[in-house]
Amino acid sequence: MPDQLIFAMEVTFNGLLNGVMYALVALGFVLIFKASGIFNYAQGVMALFAAMTLVGIQEGRVPFAHLINAMFGTHVHEFGWEVPALLAILLTVLVMVAFAYLVQRFVFRHLVGQEPIILFMATIGLAYFLEGVSDLMWGSEIRNLDVGLPQGINDWIDSTTFEALGYGFFIDNLDIAAAVIAAILVMSLIAYSQYTKNGRAMRAVADDHQAALSVGISLNYVWILVWSLAGMVALVAGVMWGSKSGVQFSLSLIALKALPVLMLGGFTSIPGAIVGGLIIGVGEALFEFAVGPLIGGATENWFAYVLALVFLVFRPQGLFGEKIIERV
Amino acid sequence: MIYREAGDFKTTYSADNQTFPIRFDRMGYYAVLIFAAVVIPFLINDYWANSLLIPFLIYAIAAIGLNILTGYCGQVSLGTGGFMAVGAFTSYKLMTAFPGLDMISITLLSGVSTALVGVAFGLPSLRIKGFYLAVATLAAQFFLVWLFNKVGWFYNYSASGQISAPSRDFFYFIPFEVTGPTATAPAKYLFCLLFVFVLAWVARNLTRGSVGRQWMAIRDMDIAAEIIGVSPLRAKLTAFAVSSFYVGISGALLFTVYLGAVEVGASYGIQKSFLVLFMIIIGGLGSIFGSFAGAAFMVLLPVILKVLLVDGLGFDTALSAHFQFVIVGALIMFFLIVEPHGLARLWALAKEKLRLWPFPH
Repeated sequence: MPDQLIFAMEVTFNGLLNGVMYALVALGFVLIFKASGIFNYAQGVMALFAAMTLVGIQEGRVPFAHLINAMFGTHVHEFGWEVPALLAILLTVLVMVAFAYLVQRFVFRHLVGQEPIILFMATIGLAYFLEGVSDLMWGSEIRNLDVGLPQGINDWIDSTTFEALGYGFFIDNLDIAAAVIAAILVMSLIAYSQYTKNGRAMRAVADDHQAALSVGISLNYVWILVWSLAGMVALVAGVMWGSKSGVQFSLSLIALKALPVLMLGGFTSIPGAIVGGLIIGVGEALFEFAVGPLIGGATENWFAYVLALVFLVFRPQGLFGEKIIERV
Repeated sequence: MIYREAGDFKTTYSADNQTFPIRFDRMGYYAVLIFAAVVIPFLINDYWANSLLIPFLIYAIAAIGLNILTGYCGQVSLGTGGFMAVGAFTSYKLMTAFPGLDMISITLLSGVSTALVGVAFGLPSLRIKGFYLAVATLAAQFFLVWLFNKVGWFYNYSASGQISAPSRDFFYFIPFEVTGPTATAPAKYLFCLLFVFVLAWVARNLTRGSVGRQWMAIRDMDIAAEIIGVSPLRAKLTAFAVSSFYVGISGALLFTVYLGAVEVGASYGIQKSFLVLFMIIIGGLGSIFGSFAGAAFMVLLPVILKVLLVDGLGFDTALSAHFQFVIVGALIMFFLIVEPHGLARLWALAKEKLRLWPFPH
């Protein structure tokens, strides 16, 4: 086989696995959007906040250490204990549930019935707020996150492809783990929404708020539930991206990567988020590989957006989105 | 007791429709104008000009521009930073290619080129609506910044990729330097003030005329507007063109007059888009006064926080920067919950109360 083709195959594989990561973030968006019509820009910052909290708890850092030190002149930084990864994850989930409650109680409860665009701008405000809180709580340095996921090149794929094609593919174990975890996550989310009472309530609210309310479903409860689920998805995404490139500010920018995925897949469809993520992942990797060198590289910053934009002109509701029906 | 319409009789239709129907308001407006144009230039120094007044004036233009698109025409845009970069790079290319050109023409031409780019990126708005469009404008943001970063022609192949503004005059028979290292604070200030005054005046009159009413019809319900005879193509594209013209001028001024040297990713990144969006949310969507109020607020906030936290409480600057995020985010949510129409509505309510005071019944 010619070298170019083999390289392109490797790029495609890595693009697919990257796409899974995008899809993970996009999932959180879809969950909240379906149930409450809120387009949650803060999803990326939630991933950052979750990952920061996880690292902070794991390493036994004192929350708000900088603030406390600045106000009282003390020098506290760490409790001096280390929390095992599993317990830390559980504690972080608790924090995310508490966050969901607070957001619902203090922000979005007061915005029920507002126009979608006002809600969207409120989530931009929420993103700023949460980013500041995250920095205040845990500081803004880059942290290493290690919850025991496999890392480094996958030797088996490397050696098999080397024997078959004469060139070893470089595929990161972490990406494979992310793909597996994402698959499990999606399946359990679908199972949860299809086969449990809470899941049914969620779908009912997504379908029609008022009808759901009239059969006795508490909107408030469902919304807190949905925000908690989105918080957990954010935690998973944060752990994956954090293990890959460290927990730092740029983690919150993955939200910007997930937006074109959503546009492509449709805002209301979980399969759409997955397929959109894969298309964007492969598309931008191949475009960078084929066209990037000709026009100066770093095209992955905008390629996804332009792809989604061109696509939307032909199909404004995305691949799997519900048909937009407008009435006067 | 002086804030009254009583005794102020309108005898013509146009007098009845003026922007400031109450005499006290009108006098206040003239007083502010005269103070800004005649008194401030003699009092201004570099600190005041650079930390408050000039950024306020420049961002006010950007806020008016975005308000036309988002507040009046209802098309949310997150590409403001990218369009500002178009203005900045057009002005840079014009300044370096035509050394004899004066700043007024350069700035206006920058606005025109940005308007063209804005119309091109506004075309999808005919198919895409709501936050699909908001996300689509991010394509403009990322693509334009990448373009100015990668294509050497735009920054004249300078090694650092930075652009810096050479010295240029106000107008060809008015030899005041308004750009470059030797330009004085009053000259820069007056130059920006001139643009703000003219552009705000034009914007106010556009938005209450036929074009503005078409924009608002599209904003309120685009299908209904189409049925009563408003052309969505015309209304949306004119909104994009006018808005980008304002934003481009603001971007050009930000580069030539205020910063002097910029690196595109740092000065015109997505953060700038959000900054201007926050200005119009806090100031008030669909209000020219709100654009000024919001710009003033967002320019003042970091300065006040610095004085309070760093100088007052002795926090380090990193901590105060984190606080700024928390406060800005909280304020955005607070305003959207309590008063979605922003500071402009609060101002209008205060005036309404004042009119009836002290006999509110």
